[in-house]
Parts: sequence; structure tokens; C-alpha cells
Amino acid sequence: MPGEILGVLGESGSGKSTLAASVLRLLPPNGHIGGGAALFEGRNLLQANSEELRQIRGGRIALIFQEPSLALHPTMRVGEQVRRVLAAHNSSAKNEWSERTREVFTQLFPQDADRIQHSYPHQLSGGQRQRALIAQAIACSPSIVIADEPTAALDPVTQLEILNVFRSLREKLGLAMIFITHNPALLSGFADRILVLYAGQVVEWGPAESVLRSPRHPYTKALFESLPAISAENAKNRKNKLPVIAGNSSPSSVPRHACSFEPRCTVRMDICREYEPALVKLGETHIVSCFKYRE
Amino acid sequence: MEPILKVENLVKRYAKRNFVGTPQDFLALDSVSFTVSAGTTLAIVGESGSGKSTLASCIACLETPTAGNLWFEGRNLAECTESDLRKIRPQIQLIFPDPASALSPRWTILDIVLEPLVLQGKLARKQRTTRAFSLLERVGLAADMAERPALELSGGQRQRLAIARALTLDPKILILDEALSALDCSVQAQIANLLLELQNTLGMTFLFITHDLAMAAHLADEIAVMSHGRIVEHGPSAEVLRNPRQDPTRQLLAAVPRLPRAHLPATQQ
Repeated sequence: MPGEILGVLGESGSGKSTLAASVLRLLPPNGHIGGGAALFEGRNLLQANSEELRQIRGGRIALIFQEPSLALHPTMRVGEQVRRVLAAHNSSAKNEWSERTREVFTQLFPQDADRIQHSYPHQLSGGQRQRALIAQAIACSPSIVIADEPTAALDPVTQLEILNVFRSLREKLGLAMIFITHNPALLSGFADRILVLYAGQVVEWGPAESVLRSPRHPYTKALFESLPAISAENAKNRKNKLPVIAGNSSPSSVPRHACSFEPRCTVRMDICREYEPALVKLGETHIVSCFKYRE
Repeated sequence: MEPILKVENLVKRYAKRNFVGTPQDFLALDSVSFTVSAGTTLAIVGESGSGKSTLASCIACLETPTAGNLWFEGRNLAECTESDLRKIRPQIQLIFPDPASALSPRWTILDIVLEPLVLQGKLARKQRTTRAFSLLERVGLAADMAERPALELSGGQRQRLAIARALTLDPKILILDEALSALDCSVQAQIANLLLELQNTLGMTFLFITHDLAMAAHLADEIAVMSHGRIVEHGPSAEVLRNPRQDPTRQLLAAVPRLPRAHLPATQQ
């Protein structure tokens, strides 16, 4: 949906980043998209030719990577890096590039846009680098930004700051976002809808409020319980063991023809081992893949 | 209780020069003082660049402090000779944030755990192997994985391995520098439980360095908040959380992402 923030939640290896990469057809050569479709503004990205894709990537759909220090060129001023994005997409006339670059930087660094623009990445802090990456992503006014763990390397204060940047961009530019993370707490009060992935499959999908407050899938529940709660009342539970999800995540590479969470599930039933659960609709928009909710 | 570690007015200054060569010192630690009692956990929280990791390196004797004193079990480290230090260093072990780059990827799991024992040369070969296997078991790594390269381990398993390696020399203090930050939430909980269990059975002292205030509150007896090289607030965990007195603490607390906790009663049915 335009202007929507979709949170994608899952642990390492659950397919979060693969999902982002396949939407943009950025999979490594050994990756093959088995089937399905990714529709962007009514067009199927999986059938787009390379010229169309080139225009869409970075232009209409921008991707923000995890590690801002690796994603920026170390010996090029960050302003120049944004100009190059504009140049690559011919999105405006040459003489407008600098103008547009300044505009984007003023949006992200209201105080000292000029100084930052002329800085090298190593002169910037982690949060500033992440903002510079966001500047690069929104330079061509995309309609969707896919952010893959954009705040993983940041401390909580900076993390909050970056989330607020995303929030204000959405308000100002109507930007839609796919926000990939492994931390459910980050999505609270931020995402509109949440998609939970486990072993390469969607296990739960629904409005953020509903998923966070009343998770239905056993995996989502267990994941939320494993987070330590921060509050003074919680002090009595301190140093108690946290509830964990037993076992390790099973590799998604082997099709099991059974529920992929079954080996670690605490409420498993016989049927879970025999069939793969289908997606069940709970209410209007909340979808879950678990046999517990079969009609 | 006798403090196992006492840090007194610790200062660490890094000499920095700008491009014309004018010296400009950077004060990473600005007279930091605290004590830690044996068998307890002190969490050191603070934003990036507040000096947490510098503090860790100084305590682990990897960096020499510019000024100030470090006391370990009543001995002043600054007055120790190199041969004394060689006996003290194994007792303070450090676990690094990124287990993937802290371990040699091509070494086998067994070799990684054996190396500190070989270097210390106190045990015979057979005893070393027995000890290594018991450590692997203790941290929850299966014995049949011992011959596999560290490369094949998942993030959580690597951190378990790093812990096993740190435990080989029976340390009294374990410094965990962002040891959980690189892991998934569900794996963080597993490693946190392992740490609690180790502390209960071995009576170890932990210095838990993190920017995750929720985990700090869960694991630690006391929390020290650092900002710009200074400890701005230090107290029992519950106390620091209930009424934070200083701005950096309040900012950190306000920035912690929280989950609505309404789902808990529903799942306890």
C-alpha cells in the first residue's frame, strides 16, 4: 500500500533478506525464483526486463542496507555519492543534481546539511552515516524503500532517531516502507502491518497492533516471550531464566511437507507432522499459518 | 563483600593528530571509578562512543590506562610485574561483540577451545582434551561437532564457542562486550540463560557491556551508565530503572523499544 510501513520479522536465516533481494531481483546467480509474482504499481517485477529493472531499482524502489559503514564509498564525499545516484538514473537534468542533493540533505540534516554533504563517511557518526544512506535512497523520490535491518548496528538513542526520520519521511513524502528486522519491539508503534517469517515461510501476517498485542502463531508468541521486559516491576523476575524457543531453526532449504515450526513447537499436534498448514484468516486482515486455527 | 575488581579514577587518553599534525587528545575515559563484588554482574550501558569498550580493554589488560588504578583481588595491576600480569590476565577474559570475526573460521571447534590450554601448558594432552569436551558440553555444543570448522556454526553457536574458550582458564571475571547484540532475539535469550547458569554454578563475576538496557536490567545486579567517558550514574538495576537521575540515563530509557505486553496473560492460560 502506498505510504504504508510493513514490518518483516524473522530470525537469521528465515528469509527476510532473501525476500528483499528477490523483490528487486538482486539474488546471487545460484538463487532462482521458483514461482510467484511481485507486483509493483501493477507491474510484475519478476517479468521485467533488465532495462526496466534498472530504472526501478534505486529509482522507484530503493534499498537501504544493514551496515552503513560498508554501504558507503569510503573515499568519496557523501554528497557526491548522492549525486552519482541521480546521475545513474537521469532523473533530472545535470544542472539540477546539486540542487536536488542539497534538498535531500536539508531534509535529513536540517542543521548542518552543507557540512555533512562535504564530509567523508569516516568523519560521520553511525547515525549520520545511516542518514546519508537514507538520503541516497530517497534522492530519486522512490515510492518504496526497503530497509534491511537499518538500525541493527546503532545504539538505542540513535536507533530511535532513525525511526523518527523514517516516520517523518513517510508523512512528508508518502513513502511506503518494507522494514526488515529481527527485533519485534522496534516495530511497536512504528509499523502498520507485520509479516512474520519462519524458515522461509509466512507464518503470521496482520495489522501491527493485532500481531504485537495478540500474536496467534506459536512461533510469534514464543519469540515475544523471549524478550526481557524492561520495567521496575519486572525486577522480581530478574535473573530468572528467559523462556526460550527450544532447538535451532530448521533449514528452509528442505521442503518438509509439514509445519516447519513443528519440531520446536510447544503446542504441536499430530497433524502438524503430516501436512503443511495453510494460511488461515482470523478476522478481516490477520492471517496465520497454523492448524490450531482451522475451522 | 570484598570487591574482586576496583577501578579508581581510570583515565585513558588517546593521542590524535589532525592533518597538519597539531596534537589533539581524545579523552576516552575520564576518571572512571567503581567496584564490583565477586559473583555479581555489573552492566555498563551507554551510547556508542561513550567509552564502554575502552574500559573493557583496560580491565582486560589489553590497553594501558593513562592514569588511575585497577585493583584485581586487592592487587594493584599498575604495580604488577610482567610475570605477575601473565598470571592475572587469564583470570579476566573478554568476549567480543562479533563471534564470527573473533574466531578463526577454519580451525576446528576443538582446536579453538584447546588453544588456551596448550599455551598455558599446565595440563597433559589427554587431560586437555577431556577438559575441552566438558567445556563444550557445558555451553551446550554437541561433542560430535568438535571436529567441524567454526565456519559451520550459527551465530548463537559461535557465541557459545567463544564462551567455552573464555572459560578454559577458569577466569574469575568475564567481560562481555556487546556479546549478545549481534544475535537474534530468540538466540539472545538462550545465551542469556547460559550466562545466568554459569554464574550460578561457577560464581563468576560478569561485566556486561551493552547498549541494550532491557537485557542489562535482566542480567545485572547493578547498572552503570556511561556518557562521554564518564560514569554518570551507578546503582542497583531496579533503582536506576525506577528513578533515573541523569539525562543520559533518561534518554537511554526513553529510547528502549518496548513491546505492548498485553499478550502475556493470554499465553499463560
